[in-house]
Amino acid sequence: MRRMMLGAAVLAVGVWGCGGSKGDASNGSTGGSSAVAQSGGAAGPTGNATVSGVIHFTGAAPSNPKIDMSQESACQSKYTTPPTDPQYVVKDAKLGNVFVYVDSGAPSGKYTASAPTEIDQSGCLYHPRVFGAVVGQDIIIKNDDNVLHNIKAIPKVNRGFNISQPSAGMTSKRSFSSPEVMVPLECNVHGWMHAYVGVLPHPFFATSDSTGAFAIKNLPAGTYTIKAWHEKLGTQQQTVTVGAGETKTIDFTFSGPKA
Amino acid sequence: MTVLIPAASIQAQDGKPVYDKWCSGCHGDTGAGDGYGSKTMLPHPRDFTKGVYKIRTTASGEIPTDADLRHVIEVGMPGTAMPEWKSRLSDGEIGAVVKYIKTFSPNSFTQPAKTIAIGKAPSGAGIDEGKAAFQKLECSKCHGMAGRADGKSAPTLKDDYGNPIRPADLTENWKFRGGNSVSDIYTRLRTGLDGTPMPSFQDAIDNKLITDEQLWRVAQYVHSLSPEKPPEPREVVRAARAQTLPTTLDAPAWNGVERFWVPLVGQIIAKPRWFAPTVDGLWVQALHDGRTLALRVSWDDPSKSPDPTWDQWLGRMSQTLTDVDGPLATQQGPDRLVVHFAKNPNDDSKKPYFLGGDAKSPVYAWRWTSEPRVEEGTEAGLGKFTASPNGHVMQSARYADGQWQVLFTRPLVSTDTTQAPSFSPGHAIPMAFFAADGSSGEDEVRGAVSTWYAVYLDVPTPTRVFVAPIAMLVLSAGLGMLLVTQAQRRGRGDDANGSSHMEER
Repeated sequence: MRRMMLGAAVLAVGVWGCGGSKGDASNGSTGGSSAVAQSGGAAGPTGNATVSGVIHFTGAAPSNPKIDMSQESACQSKYTTPPTDPQYVVKDAKLGNVFVYVDSGAPSGKYTASAPTEIDQSGCLYHPRVFGAVVGQDIIIKNDDNVLHNIKAIPKVNRGFNISQPSAGMTSKRSFSSPEVMVPLECNVHGWMHAYVGVLPHPFFATSDSTGAFAIKNLPAGTYTIKAWHEKLGTQQQTVTVGAGETKTIDFTFSGPKA
Repeated sequence: MTVLIPAASIQAQDGKPVYDKWCSGCHGDTGAGDGYGSKTMLPHPRDFTKGVYKIRTTASGEIPTDADLRHVIEVGMPGTAMPEWKSRLSDGEIGAVVKYIKTFSPNSFTQPAKTIAIGKAPSGAGIDEGKAAFQKLECSKCHGMAGRADGKSAPTLKDDYGNPIRPADLTENWKFRGGNSVSDIYTRLRTGLDGTPMPSFQDAIDNKLITDEQLWRVAQYVHSLSPEKPPEPREVVRAARAQTLPTTLDAPAWNGVERFWVPLVGQIIAKPRWFAPTVDGLWVQALHDGRTLALRVSWDDPSKSPDPTWDQWLGRMSQTLTDVDGPLATQQGPDRLVVHFAKNPNDDSKKPYFLGGDAKSPVYAWRWTSEPRVEEGTEAGLGKFTASPNGHVMQSARYADGQWQVLFTRPLVSTDTTQAPSFSPGHAIPMAFFAADGSSGEDEVRGAVSTWYAVYLDVPTPTRVFVAPIAMLVLSAGLGMLLVTQAQRRGRGDDANGSSHMEER
């Protein structure tokens, strides 16, 4: 369990490169993380504006389904309480694992990630469950469980893949060539394992953390349509205008499924 | 109807008439895999609009080569509704269809496909090494410990569309979708089967978890799990006469008894019809001792029904096969095996209707369910069963590693021939089978059937069979001796003449 949390913390620490100059060292409140460097051509511009906010949740938090991991003692032993499938990460009326991204208004130009992003399989769950990647950015897939996982991507626009990682310590590297929000990832050996990656042509995305907070940083000044996606509760959008160096706050509110 | 097209000038549109005529019935006019034949099929026909193909020589997630597409069209996909087309379509027509189906997914086929390098199988025996690697790669998670598609994850498996999908039964390699040679199997391990849960094991080599040679050994091991050749059905199951019958299901004596393969197909005549049978064949062994017939039947079924871990499988089956003669049961039933016999087994001229007889001409049946128990009675069409008040058939059953084994025994002589026929040695007694898997929604009518086969009980060898040859031997030897003696006697007289001949020379 500790190891998982450590992994999540590592993943949460992101470094934004910013047009070659040093950007913010971290965006600790978000799960989205990628360093962006320019690599020839008309590189996409970045700036120093921020859109941040909180995802609120109203209504009773649905209980997450219990996972029967009895077939996988190597995974089950990583839990002290019976594991559940974290479809709803709700705490103090805030919602985590919401993917928040610039849907329109982002400057044109090519954004290239200079560092990979990571997803880990640990305790027969994905960490992170919801994350973003820039088009072409390497996604490092790690197996922290000493069991067979297969990682199957089922995109609609991109090409998928289905690779096996039969042992702990294995790593694989894949990427997606076209924008697509979201690409589902799943494990067929453990049918409960699901993750979602939002593939965008730019790095302006974030995932709400367990306190519901998110921050999309390094934005150039402009007017943006911001979308917030949740795996069960759908997508919402708002429009926001930020000036250079400004931080604008927008909150989203999702309500629980009707009983 | 053969269209002659020069190979060099084949255009995608040349494939349209061929496709429309031969392919669209299942794959649909727009290639979406939704032709009128598709609803009942499992697996569903390929949806060409996604550009995702199972059988490739390219890496996981990549488009197939033209040669890959051509190959599947030419040889078909064993174990599915996709037949071979090489005997019906010309090379040119197949080439045109390959080009045409690619147009259904123009975004996928934007660049040439890249074949991965497939080497050659390492020489020497490496089955044990292959087995070790098979275990290391945890193939059994889906394919099961004995390879019979009964792994723990098997009930949860679905394809990209959410349809239920089974792992390959590795003991029946004649149904492998991409062919059953060691090289075919190795290629599938390297590339995976896209659109299905079967992943590529390329990354296990890249991560140095196993070597390329070990992956070949896995392929060799998998290949070794099936019989050398696909079993050939034979119409007559021979029940040899034994001094004593094996008393248990597991008795080693069964290992020496000939096995007969009885293929089964989906029951698609009586309603509700069933196009996706779980059981595709039975191994049948028979013996008798002059008093009792023993019939041992073995078949692969990944689930011991009912089994709660298969509830979600039944749910997926219900969602996927919605258009087949009404809804499936919401609860899993038991597994079933029904053995039908002609009610009047010594009359070879009149076999009853093969689907469990009919009202006019019912059959005599053993109805086994996985409680387990067996009833004996009369069936007048599938599921229309009336138990006899005093049946004598006994069963013992065992389920292990994705396989049922059931031993039936019954006295040859029936105490009431109006209810049950006597089995007489020396006759081919018509016999047919029906098998159903409760976890897949199969029941008394939905299931897999065979046509009429027969069981022939060897007649006891009469004493004269052994005595007569010896008597003949003695007799002919005696007569021979007599002739020789007489000839020698005559010969002594001739000798004098013979020498005079010599001198004449």
